[in-house]
Amino acid sequence: MTLLLLAHLLVAAVILTALRSRPRLAAFLGIGVLLASATTTALLSARPTQATESWEWIGELGLRIDLALDGMATLMVLVISLLGAIVLWYSINYFSDHVAYVRFVGIFVIFAGAMSGLVMSADLFTMFVFWELTSVCSFLLIGMNDESASARASALRALLVTGAGGLCLLAGVTLFQIAAGTSSFTELAAQSPSGTLITVAALLALVGAFTKSAQFPFHFWLPGAMSAPTPVSAYLHSATMVKAGIVLIARLAPIVGHDDIWRWTIVLAGGTTMVFGGVRAMRQTDAKLLLAHSTVSQLGFLTILMGLGVPGATYAGVAHLLAHAVFKAGLFLSVGIVDHASGTRDIRKLSGVGRSMPVVAWLTGLSAASMAGLIPLFGFATKEKALVALLDADEKVGLVAQVALGFVVAGSVLSVAYSVRLMRGLFGTKPGIEPTPIHHPSWWGLVIPMSLTVVGSVFAGLMASSIGKWLDSPAQALDSKAYGKLALWPGINTAFLLSVGVILIGAFAARLIPTQPWRNPIKISGENIFQYLYDGLITTAKRITRVTQSGSLLAYNAVVVLVIIFVLAAALLAGTDSGVTELTFADSFFQFIVVLLACAFTFGIAFTQQRFVAALLLGGLGFACAVIFVMFGAPDLALTQILVETLIIVVFLFVLRQLPRTFAHKNKFAPRSIRIAIATTLGVLVALFTVMVSGARTAPTTGDEYTTLALPEGGGRNVVNVILVDFRGVDTLGEITVLAVAAVGVANLVHMANRRRRPGGPEHVESNTSEGVPQ
Amino acid sequence: MKTMRSVILDEADRWLFPVVLLVSVYLTFRGHNAPGGGFIGGLVASAAFVLRYLTGRHREDPIYEVFRPHTILGAGMLVSTITALAPLFFGDSLLESHIWKWKIPVFGELKIVSSTFFDLGVYILVIGVVLSILVALGIDQDENEDNPNEAPA
Repeated sequence: MTLLLLAHLLVAAVILTALRSRPRLAAFLGIGVLLASATTTALLSARPTQATESWEWIGELGLRIDLALDGMATLMVLVISLLGAIVLWYSINYFSDHVAYVRFVGIFVIFAGAMSGLVMSADLFTMFVFWELTSVCSFLLIGMNDESASARASALRALLVTGAGGLCLLAGVTLFQIAAGTSSFTELAAQSPSGTLITVAALLALVGAFTKSAQFPFHFWLPGAMSAPTPVSAYLHSATMVKAGIVLIARLAPIVGHDDIWRWTIVLAGGTTMVFGGVRAMRQTDAKLLLAHSTVSQLGFLTILMGLGVPGATYAGVAHLLAHAVFKAGLFLSVGIVDHASGTRDIRKLSGVGRSMPVVAWLTGLSAASMAGLIPLFGFATKEKALVALLDADEKVGLVAQVALGFVVAGSVLSVAYSVRLMRGLFGTKPGIEPTPIHHPSWWGLVIPMSLTVVGSVFAGLMASSIGKWLDSPAQALDSKAYGKLALWPGINTAFLLSVGVILIGAFAARLIPTQPWRNPIKISGENIFQYLYDGLITTAKRITRVTQSGSLLAYNAVVVLVIIFVLAAALLAGTDSGVTELTFADSFFQFIVVLLACAFTFGIAFTQQRFVAALLLGGLGFACAVIFVMFGAPDLALTQILVETLIIVVFLFVLRQLPRTFAHKNKFAPRSIRIAIATTLGVLVALFTVMVSGARTAPTTGDEYTTLALPEGGGRNVVNVILVDFRGVDTLGEITVLAVAAVGVANLVHMANRRRRPGGPEHVESNTSEGVPQ
Repeated sequence: MKTMRSVILDEADRWLFPVVLLVSVYLTFRGHNAPGGGFIGGLVASAAFVLRYLTGRHREDPIYEVFRPHTILGAGMLVSTITALAPLFFGDSLLESHIWKWKIPVFGELKIVSSTFFDLGVYILVIGVVLSILVALGIDQDENEDNPNEAPA
């Protein structure tokens, strides 16, 4: 299984690097790896023993990568790879020759791999890793059209929302580990832990799942992600991304599903999402947005089924997950075909498309019928099962099941209504509107892949009972008591009557609810809060930057120096026992002379008016220091000092060419007297502090230890060098990184300055590159 | 800078440049046992390039054409990082030193410590840092002054 996941990465790497100019080959390779993934998974799952793999990751923390191919994982991997292959096939003709197509294929394959890893995870930490990977991939996919500002903004929003959710999930996972001592799903389920900490952990994980699966109040990013190309939406909305949250909920429900707080949170959030998503879908005029809101609604449905922790509902949830993945992928692909053929997705403008594209219309109709839950499609069987399960659950969990049933019935009415609306909108002939001209009546490269999903919906519906048997295994992987039957014709019972009622009311509702833009009577929505927080963060950041980064060298220096003065003064006042017993004036006459020289240089620097002279004197001071180093027996240090001083003088010369010859002295904020006072204080304090510190040592120096270890451990006799490259090698690594970054920084700053100064060039370089997220 | 060329400096550079580079390599390798090391060696080598720049002969030097300073910078970073990470693959901790010893006839014993490679990376990186500053603040500015209407390289 690990190999399977790595294969995705490898193929993606090949596609992204080597096949830039071969988009078709890239797509075929992508389809190949997805089909191979499906085949391998099918073969592995056919074995009598369940395939598991476990890798040590961070041993000290007890973190492992744990993968298990249980029934649920098998089902999901099959859905992910088969639908992925269909969408990729479709995308070849959809994009024809888009510049970013190969990148799309590469990220798509990584995305499929990450999602497969997520569903195979047998451990919360493992799942978290793949979880974040899917967030990053979806960001790249949604923002595929990187020249469009709105695509970038919605990609960013999706990333921020799901990323924030990811952090909550991490917190939840860590709490699980602390409270229960394990993060493995099976071990957690065996313990069936409870307590405040577990409830908090479960709710945090739920926030993660809700952001990912676009549940109220985090639902807004998903319709926003519609600026992605249609194949991306089709995949994101059907098999991947949004299903990650559902899978997490499904895995957690057997562990914490008995908790009342969990149950109510699930039902209220899921129910609200289901109904509001449905209502919003009815308000849309863009067919794709209609579908997006319908996804939100259906995800609410799945959340309720999976999260309730009732075996029957779990089974229905697994079945409906499959049904939704298939019909939703088909519907998105259909909208893409209509969009491609007519150039619009506006259901007010489209007219007579059903007459010009009858095949597409019929196929889409079958998918929509599955979404609405009509006999004999798969969607009917699964929704029927869900209603039965919720009716039964009433005895076990009481009120919460009735509330859930209420939400589900209302949501189902709406799903019938928006299915009808979608079909009428896309393919109906509207009075008073000219038939929409169709450019490409039937594009078989697009229609055949789409029809495969329709075949799935029809076939699964007709074969409902065999499929139902096969779904026992995924359901039991979640909950050992979850099993059930699916039937095409369940006979006349309460659930069936409910279904009939739902369909009739839904069909009427489709005519009654107008498509006016939704005016939210309540101003507080998840979207507004997000926007408010986002804007607030950016404004605050700008404000802080303006205050702290004045751009004045004088101000920066003043802050640094004043902080040092403050700290040193505090330390000197606090330290009572200096430990200094005696001070020698000088070790030798020569030393005295050198120090005198250094002092002379220093005064020279302070009093000269010429920048050039100051630079030279500064160099002289450096050389004087080097001589002192030599006197104390530090040749390495002295050598470095001399070399650095030499080079610095040269660099100074470069810079001085660009600066005025003399210092600017007038500054109303810091007159000469204040500057002298600050500088003198600093000098006196540093000198005092150095004397005090030299006598204050109580612990033995590390130098002795290094000296004895240098030859046997580091293999060198030069202790300074061994310290640099071995004992404190990590420090050196950090320092050279800083050096490299500084060098690149200097080069870029100079480059920008040159560009600004060049005649005809831009007067000032854009410094504000952050962009706001549009509503 | 182009206009004022000193013959003495020119000649000095002609003879000193290779010698200084050689010394810098020597300093780097002996650094483990005597004063020297990658940082010092790198600075010495950089001094050679600075000298060459001051003479104006850098225009004939192929190094700016073949390697851009940032490439050298990256190469140094890469060598150091790989040396630092390598012990992890053998189950040791970061930057753990390994000592190889070979007996070579005539010359005696040759001892190589893995941290020498780390120091070599530092050496390359320091040269890269100085060269990129040299190009940014020196060479590009010269070209700007020579023909102010063209973009710097």
